Amino acid sequence: MSGVRVLVGTKKGAFVLTSDAKRERWNVDGPHFGGWEIYHMKGSPVDPNRIYVSQTSSWFGQMIQRSNDGGKTWEALGNKFEYDGATGTHQWHDGTLRPWEFKRVWHLEPSLTDPDSIYAGVEDAALFQSTDGAMTWQELPGLRGHGTGPLWQPGAGGLCLHTILLDPINPQRMFVAISSAGAFRTDDAGKTWQPINRGLHSLYIPDPTAEVGHCVHRIAMHRSRPNVLYMQKHWDVMRSDDAGDNWREISGNLPSDFGFPIDVHAHDPDTIYVVPIKSDGEHYPPDGKLRVYRSKSGGNEWEALTNGLPQSDCYVNVLRDAMCVDSLDPCGIYFGTSGGQVYASADSGDHWQPIVRDLPGVLSVEVQTLT
Amino acid sequence: MIRVVLPSHLRVLARVSGEVFIEVSGDVTRNAVIDALEAKYPMLRGTIRDRTTQKRRPMVRFFACGQDLSHDSPDVELPSTIAAGEEPFLIVGAIAGG
Repeated sequence: MSGVRVLVGTKKGAFVLTSDAKRERWNVDGPHFGGWEIYHMKGSPVDPNRIYVSQTSSWFGQMIQRSNDGGKTWEALGNKFEYDGATGTHQWHDGTLRPWEFKRVWHLEPSLTDPDSIYAGVEDAALFQSTDGAMTWQELPGLRGHGTGPLWQPGAGGLCLHTILLDPINPQRMFVAISSAGAFRTDDAGKTWQPINRGLHSLYIPDPTAEVGHCVHRIAMHRSRPNVLYMQKHWDVMRSDDAGDNWREISGNLPSDFGFPIDVHAHDPDTIYVVPIKSDGEHYPPDGKLRVYRSKSGGNEWEALTNGLPQSDCYVNVLRDAMCVDSLDPCGIYFGTSGGQVYASADSGDHWQPIVRDLPGVLSVEVQTLT
Repeated sequence: MIRVVLPSHLRVLARVSGEVFIEVSGDVTRNAVIDALEAKYPMLRGTIRDRTTQKRRPMVRFFACGQDLSHDSPDVELPSTIAAGEEPFLIVGAIAGG
């Protein structure tokens, strides 16, 4: 029997939410790793029972946990993230240079083909890879060392590599995004990288069209069409039809084009979702109304999805890794809020219900479709 | 036998309850105690000292015999009562927040 497993990372632990394919009744399991910040958890597409977790703490540092039984039991694995070669420096807020210093893992991206292979996006921004199931980690230094690294500077959340997209058609190609450096692409499996930020326009940097320095919040693709990328930037929702070589704005009629997550419908590569946030200084929905916006035209024309979501006095935020889609039909959409609610829609966003309302602040939401 | 008290998060991580007991050969220094602790409980690597620099994590403190030893050199000998197992070596998460 098919179903879904929703993996929720919060500020005080991890939760595993499960349901059958109807996605009406839910079992809530957790907290796992109570008291720790769970920046991200994600299952292997090859072996759904294998789940990787980034567990972190200001006190006790970074842990990587792995389950081989769908989240019933966990094992602490390798947590040594050592930059390759000379550490080098990046920009700091005050214009001085700071050496790269590992702080935490923001995002884990398991391989599409090998359950023992996984990528980690970390702060200070770099990309690491493990090929032994997260026992050991090695940096892919071509990203940090490709030339613009010394120009990168942290966003408000830190200098973090938060998005990793693996091209399902071309295994040599992947995309990453860094706040606030921008988006980058490799076409040789991570050896060399190039910035892909042409067309981005950011008024918060001295040169609004600079090669790097853009605060990209999230990028997304549909597996059937990996050359088309969607981006939620610090401001602006963007689209590229040539694997990031050029971007154009698709914010259209959104009430605000600031936000964090963006995702694509599982069965329609032109249907995309964002959650508009009022502004960079006011991280809550415009007018106190929590609205997911859906475009069925690949951008520009957006409709508000409100059925089941609070439409007054709602001032939560939805972070960049806190929205996802399942691959059932109809497609399920999920997102979590800074107020601890996890909402689900089992009909592509037309209707919503809270799975849980009172978790710690949600940092990330991923879903596994189980068959 | 050295007695070590871990903060609650690290007890959960190491899957222990109460004090833990370790053997240290040679001088009983802070580094020697933590080396032995990490050898017995590998999942604690990186939680007390930075994985790369081996420096004390900023929000971890070391108390013993009513004293804060956090700022002492990690290679000086701990009080003899720690080495004798008469007093525990306390690893503490620093107070932070309101």
